[in-house]
Amino acid sequence: MKREPKALTALKFTVLFLMLLFLLFPFYWTFLTSIKPYDELYGKVVTYWTANPNFEAYGKLFTSTVDFFSAMKNSFIVALCTTVVTLTVATMAAYAFSRYIFPGRRVLMSIFLCNNMFPTVLLLIPLYSIMRNLHLLYTPTSLVLAYTTFTIPFSVWLLIGFINDLPMSLEEAAMVDGCNRGQAFMKIVFPLLRPSIIATGVYIFMQSWNEYTFAMMFTNTATRTIPVALKSLIGQLGVQWDLLTAGGILTIIPVCIMFFFAQKRLVEGLTAGAVKG
Amino acid sequence: MTKKRSIWPFLLVAPATLIIMCVVFVPVINAIMMSFQNYDLRRPKDIAFIGLNNYFNAFMDKQFINAVFRTILWVIFGVGFQFFFGFVLALILNSHFRGRGLVRAVSMVPWVTPGVLIGLMWRWIYDGNAGVLNDVLMRLHIINDKIAFLSQKPTAFPSVIVTIVWQGIPFFALMLLAALQGVSTDMYEAAEIDGASRLQRLFYITIPSIKNTIFVTGLLRIIWVANSVDVIFNMTEGGPAYSTQTLSVYIYNKANALNLGYASAMAICLALLLLVVVVPYLRMNFKEEK
Repeated sequence: MKREPKALTALKFTVLFLMLLFLLFPFYWTFLTSIKPYDELYGKVVTYWTANPNFEAYGKLFTSTVDFFSAMKNSFIVALCTTVVTLTVATMAAYAFSRYIFPGRRVLMSIFLCNNMFPTVLLLIPLYSIMRNLHLLYTPTSLVLAYTTFTIPFSVWLLIGFINDLPMSLEEAAMVDGCNRGQAFMKIVFPLLRPSIIATGVYIFMQSWNEYTFAMMFTNTATRTIPVALKSLIGQLGVQWDLLTAGGILTIIPVCIMFFFAQKRLVEGLTAGAVKG
Repeated sequence: MTKKRSIWPFLLVAPATLIIMCVVFVPVINAIMMSFQNYDLRRPKDIAFIGLNNYFNAFMDKQFINAVFRTILWVIFGVGFQFFFGFVLALILNSHFRGRGLVRAVSMVPWVTPGVLIGLMWRWIYDGNAGVLNDVLMRLHIINDKIAFLSQKPTAFPSVIVTIVWQGIPFFALMLLAALQGVSTDMYEAAEIDGASRLQRLFYITIPSIKNTIFVTGLLRIIWVANSVDVIFNMTEGGPAYSTQTLSVYIYNKANALNLGYASAMAICLALLLLVVVVPYLRMNFKEEK
């Protein structure tokens, strides 16, 4: 192809620069706020760089009443349980949808598809009263159950795409060689599917780690997750921006790392349905 | 695919179906029941069936009507700008330049950031006293006095829209980029030989080739944005004077106030409104199945 005219290249990089500035500046600002000394934070002059960075806010998160460590622990437990439960049942269901034709298949598939569309608030209200009646409110179990409402349908949808991409002949060959279907799945399909399952898992973990709407209503001080703990830093007397931004940085680091490793596979799965049609 | 009658597929889908029945279908039925009662947990003794009263009340409720229109604006502007900027970013990232991989990776970070944190980060940026946006605008001499962006009516709603646009650009860019990479270069070469301009190539090759992705991503995003609570709730809680209260936020506020019957009735209205978007999405998915 012909080379681009210089003006177009210049325009392209200017636009790219401005967009990156818009997308990334809030993170720079958040990080800077978290390491600014207190007097610079609310001083008359807004500074864009600090000569005396300090990491006191990060320490205070763990030593003060915020108890960020227990929030991290709660978030981790909830996200991990949601991921394990969802991956187990969703992989099984997706495999059945992809490899078998059975009565009720289309109806069930459309049920899973529809579930992505229910407004969060529509499920939130009855789940709150159900959890309350079952005495599950304020336990991590209630959150895991609530999160499966959106993680299971979405994961089934993603995994069907991934499994459809694996040729059926792989299992048939294994079965000709004397494996039963279960063995064929474990020995042939599962190893090939592992990167996709991991990518799906990252997505589930991310969603549960970040979720606020349910967490706000389904947890108390002891069981609250990170998003709720962050919100609690906004008090009647003002906002502790230094603690809040420090907590924010600590929250996104783990999910960012996971996302960078899984992103390629995840996007393949997300676009699989859309690109084919 | 296996057509032989077997019990395996039923066993395999059973756990997922069972969980979904318990956590989605039972609750939805429960919500429908609650929407016909004056189910208010602050007055648990007075709970009784009141027919369609919650729905009638909603249609008489000015806040509800305003919230519906605000939700429509929220979706049109929010998703519209997300799409536009996401598409521009995807087009740029689809060309080769040094450091493209890194740029692509870091520009996705807003997507993995929790909504709560997004709301709070931007609240700090918009802050009327020590906020960086005010400082930047004053240094550039665009404004002379500080603006309390989130606490006055004319600026609050545009400000939250900017934030949701910021959150959604990466998802659009990611999906559209993947689709762009699937467009074969032969077509571009043929078009170039035929003398098509860049703009013509964009409108006659690129956009038609990726229209399915645009459609599906757009629908998903519309549903997510319409349902989004955390960003607005953490920036303004729907204020000032309800000027940023979308339907989801209004319902959430009512649910927080434990007026569950009324909140359920409005949530069902929201679900029905979303059908406008959901039906084409389902149709498209089943067309593919065949």
